[in-house]
Amino acid sequence: MTAQILFAALAAVLVVSSLLVILHRNPVTSALFLVSAFCSLAGIYLTLHAEFLGMVQVIVYAGAIMVLFLFVIMYLNLQHDLETGVQTAVRRGIGWIAGAVLLAEAGLLVSKRWAVGPIAPPEAVATPGNTQAIGIALYTRYLFPFEITSMVLLVAMVGAIVIARSRRERGDEATVRRVRLSALPDSDPRVRTAALAEPSAHPEGTLAKGDRETYEISTSLGGAVTPPGEESSR
Amino acid sequence: MIPVGWSLALSAALFTIGVVGVLVRRNAIVIFMSVELMLNAGNLAFVAFARSMGSIDGQVFVFFVMTVAAAEVAIGLALIVNLFRLRESVFVDEINLLKG
Repeated sequence: MTAQILFAALAAVLVVSSLLVILHRNPVTSALFLVSAFCSLAGIYLTLHAEFLGMVQVIVYAGAIMVLFLFVIMYLNLQHDLETGVQTAVRRGIGWIAGAVLLAEAGLLVSKRWAVGPIAPPEAVATPGNTQAIGIALYTRYLFPFEITSMVLLVAMVGAIVIARSRRERGDEATVRRVRLSALPDSDPRVRTAALAEPSAHPEGTLAKGDRETYEISTSLGGAVTPPGEESSR
Repeated sequence: MIPVGWSLALSAALFTIGVVGVLVRRNAIVIFMSVELMLNAGNLAFVAFARSMGSIDGQVFVFFVMTVAAAEVAIGLALIVNLFRLRESVFVDEINLLKG
């Protein structure tokens, strides 16, 4: 009985805070309500005897993911989400109607009685300790997916770093400089230095058109031309 | 013991809120938060069924879903940061060209 009251209270907090996530104008406030939603969901996991997942929920979602969200919001320095215009109103109306239809469908699904098989006694999960049970399952039956998970995380980490690197560091200038050096017929270091310092110092035609465009883009972005001595350190 | 229907109803409500958020909002970061809400709705359904079936497998799946969600957040936020550098905006209705 206590667990049911607790579940209902946490569910109310969860629904209200997730509604506020999507309704509030300010993204920072939305993110903070999302933290509240995740914490109440962790409490719901506890009432469902998934203690390990409750703790992981707090650590991973409320701890790591939300900090990432807040960091990005503050990094981008976003203004409030200003909504005006008839089109916006129509779009919002359609969104709410679609959501209502989906909720009605979900209500129909839940109101039906589905046969979910025999209901096990609650002690069946809880006796060996939840964390221990998950650990045993992870390292025996689900060992291969568990190892694949590390690959997913590695790829995500590398991908995030590659995507979020600034354009200036991404190698546009380095590519241009490499092309320029390979296009120069003379390997005299003074000629190379002059060509690197002044783009118009060498005759037209030694660079392809695309490379010139790349160079112009990278210089218009404010990229500083590094002296050729730093070439090898990159 | 909590009836499995309660958890499923809560999961359905949470998923619906997430869908409405994706459809209604135009700030890419808030849309991303709504996607997180939907993922959590799925997790809640997994946990509820794991409880009602007396099996641990559902909880293991939630563990995997959380891992994928963390990876997704990292990649998605990197994309949003890059998009903001390119367009000075994260409003999805101002981003309507494939060309960078």
